[in-house]
Amino acid sequence: MKLPVWFHRFGSPPYVYGLAGRLGPWLGAAAGVLLAVGAVWGLAVAPPDYLQGEVYRIIYIHPQTAYVGMLAYVVLAVAAGIGYIWRLKLAHAVAVAAAPIGASFTFCALATGAIWGAPTWGTFWEWGDPRIMFELLLLFLFLGYLALRAAFEERDKADRVSAILGVVGVVNVPIIHYSVIWWNTLHQGPTVSRLDSPAMTLDMLIPFLIMVLAFTLLFAWLLLNRLRAEIVEREMGARWVRQLVAEAGA
Amino acid sequence: MSEWLARLSEFAAMGGDGAHVWSAYGITLAAMLWNIWSAGRRHRRSLERAGRDGSVGAERPARTPKVRQVQ
Repeated sequence: MKLPVWFHRFGSPPYVYGLAGRLGPWLGAAAGVLLAVGAVWGLAVAPPDYLQGEVYRIIYIHPQTAYVGMLAYVVLAVAAGIGYIWRLKLAHAVAVAAAPIGASFTFCALATGAIWGAPTWGTFWEWGDPRIMFELLLLFLFLGYLALRAAFEERDKADRVSAILGVVGVVNVPIIHYSVIWWNTLHQGPTVSRLDSPAMTLDMLIPFLIMVLAFTLLFAWLLLNRLRAEIVEREMGARWVRQLVAEAGA
Repeated sequence: MSEWLARLSEFAAMGGDGAHVWSAYGITLAAMLWNIWSAGRRHRRSLERAGRDGSVGAERPARTPKVRQVQ
């Protein structure tokens, strides 16, 4: 099977660097607008919850940060797998770029969940809750991936060894998602994914979905930003990078 | 004016849950800003380093093919 030319271009660092530079501002602007709309709608327009009152408004950031953490890990694992199998250096660069974003948003999910848990569950933290534990494991996987990379001086070796951890760790993502169905937890069951009868009214659901879209675009933008830095790091000394620097300096 | 301030104060209080709601949003905002700032800083530093390395005429050596020659 012959692959189209545009597909091969995604293996070229200068092409991807340029594409990321062109797409980035659009993604960032769209994410910014949607974040502003979603936050104002969620904080000021959506009605208070009949049971939780105003504190439920954390729902407009907590599930989204957890989702971005899982999305980042899936991107990391797929990219690391492609890099490992086909020895595509750009794929490893994508995996490396996704890791700190995923770690920071997973930390946010744990922190905002703890803050939400205090008034609603009566505790910041529950060691026996499977979803919290597997989310914590996700944070450790991100940190472990970054620490493992830092342990190797040779980049190629760091790419290959960390890719194994990245791919193996992806099994944690479906466990996090289904943990509320498989085990009894303090967390509620699926709310939005029950498309036949979502457990949210429309005036709460719309800003929720806007924030999901906003966080997805934000992740894409942040990933491209980090990817550009990672590409320059890896292509240090290449003629196109020197030209880029010369043009920037001119 | 005072009515507007009262409404703003009521909004900030979030029915007594203001500390929870605003701290959660604050942490998330801080994470977003950190991600933007750290990626930008790394990019800038990489370009600066590339500029320094390039100024002494360094160029990445050409790759040597790892394919064995068939006799």
